[in-house]
Amino acid sequence: MPEHISEDSVGLVTPQKIHFNQPLELESGHTLPSYDLLYESYGTLSAERTNAILICHALSGNHHAAGYHSMEDRKPGWWETAIGPGKPIDTNRFFVVCPNNLGGCDGSTGPTSTNPETGRPYGPDFPIVTVGDWVKSQARLADELGIDSWGAVIGASLGGMQVLQWSITFPQRIQHAIVIAAASKLTAQNIAFNEVARQAIRTDPDFHEGRYLEHDMLPERGLRLARMLGHITYLSDESMGAKFGRELREGKLNYGYEVEFQVESYLRYQADSFVGKFDANTYLLMTKALDYFDPARAHGDDLGEALRKVSAKFCVISFTSDWRFSPQRSRDLVRALLDNDLNVSYAEITAHQGHDAFLMPIPHYLDIFHAYMERITVYPLPGLPAIEES
Amino acid sequence: MLRPDQDMICNWIHPESRILDLGCGDGTLLRHLTEQLNVDGYGLELDDSNVLSSLRNGINVIQSDLDRGLTDYFDDDSFDYVIMSLTLQAMNFPDRLLDEMLRVGRQGIITFPNFGHWKNRIQLMFKGRMPVTNALPNSWYNTPNIHLCTVTDFEKLCEQKGIRILERSVIDNRHREQPLLKLSPNLLGETAIYRFERLPYHQ
Repeated sequence: MPEHISEDSVGLVTPQKIHFNQPLELESGHTLPSYDLLYESYGTLSAERTNAILICHALSGNHHAAGYHSMEDRKPGWWETAIGPGKPIDTNRFFVVCPNNLGGCDGSTGPTSTNPETGRPYGPDFPIVTVGDWVKSQARLADELGIDSWGAVIGASLGGMQVLQWSITFPQRIQHAIVIAAASKLTAQNIAFNEVARQAIRTDPDFHEGRYLEHDMLPERGLRLARMLGHITYLSDESMGAKFGRELREGKLNYGYEVEFQVESYLRYQADSFVGKFDANTYLLMTKALDYFDPARAHGDDLGEALRKVSAKFCVISFTSDWRFSPQRSRDLVRALLDNDLNVSYAEITAHQGHDAFLMPIPHYLDIFHAYMERITVYPLPGLPAIEES
Repeated sequence: MLRPDQDMICNWIHPESRILDLGCGDGTLLRHLTEQLNVDGYGLELDDSNVLSSLRNGINVIQSDLDRGLTDYFDDDSFDYVIMSLTLQAMNFPDRLLDEMLRVGRQGIITFPNFGHWKNRIQLMFKGRMPVTNALPNSWYNTPNIHLCTVTDFEKLCEQKGIRILERSVIDNRHREQPLLKLSPNLLGETAIYRFERLPYHQ
């Protein structure tokens, strides 16, 4: 519980929900007849509506990016390090919007929501949504909020993929794209990790073909394994070594299979705190969205070609010890942006925390982030052309 | 505030050209060129604090190690000028980087501290020690300048590589460009500045 909320926090926040009745056609060919999007916003939208920032969340993130829901909250939102008064995403200047993605499990329509056709939870019948679908749904949210163009769209990891997609789908609606610890597509190794996670969930006897809620059960073992595996890949060998080493919980070997090393205890704790908070079908769906994302695919695997219509200015950031979304993937993206003569800056942050570094208060990272955000003008922009969804 | 060698570079650059600045430091030169000559460009820089300063200077900065070459990022003939000011001497493979400069750009502009300058010669000759001067302030063991050369050395390398020198200027320790310097640039010039291109038959 925060005894007092620090001055550089957005403080107490309340999520908002918007219901959309206009059907959403998905890339898979399915249609969502109607849906809800839950989002949070921080700061104030200027009269000219030019200071809006969209935050796209990653796999296990949600709309609660900053602040607290109540004084009883143990932890603030997931990107408290970056969002708040005086922080890189400065809520004194910007109006910050962060939605929970479709297919999520924190309030926007997803597998745990009731399927209006059956009256039961969607479960496995919730259609697979893609990064492109998310971006379309976020554009509708922008319409509802009266935001023609985002000053910046910002995201890390899977969130960074959404940023890239925004710049491709709605070039007129995004001034700056900030892509952190991301990639324009997953590598085979990365897809392989996702597949192991999915197999862990889908082979859990309590999974019931995804209809576990109807059976009043949760595929806890599978979800726990998926989370543990994921967590290992989000850290680096070095950071795990520094954090746990070979430290033993009881200081001695017990010659058994219970928790002995601190790192085992940590992984179990991470798994425990994930189960019950996160939905297994959502996990499956999010990993699929990650695997499918590849904007170059429709352009003969030429990313430069896929970015032809992009006009946003880019800031790309990677972390040296991130092996899940390695700096090389960011360099590939920078190369494709340069091929299109776009404005781009790229920083490779020396950090030992692995992929998770994007969430950490690493001073140089936050300085770089802040310096770039200062470039974003919040003054009225010259008249933008009317925008149609493409 | 530009360094004297950077001032000289500005005189050599056409407005509205496309520029790549290798080792762009805090981005001062590129910012100046952007504001004064309306150039388009990118700066490459390895050092963390310089990358941050470059971002604050509003330029496009790409954090990268020049010793990896430029193939990661740039196609042939992408720029009108590729600039490298006071950076060549700190590279692992200066000769390869010269090739890279003229692969991605039409012309190269380089400035470097001339090791043939009389002050360096005197220190080596009479003290028998590695020179430490205003232009080369570090000791031999902690200097980033691992590939120092003289005006003559540089011109020999260009000749060997089929690089045509289009313009040369040397400035003395008071950053003046004096007629006297032209008599013996390798002895009197503290900093050398070159503009060059590849001879067509060497492509």
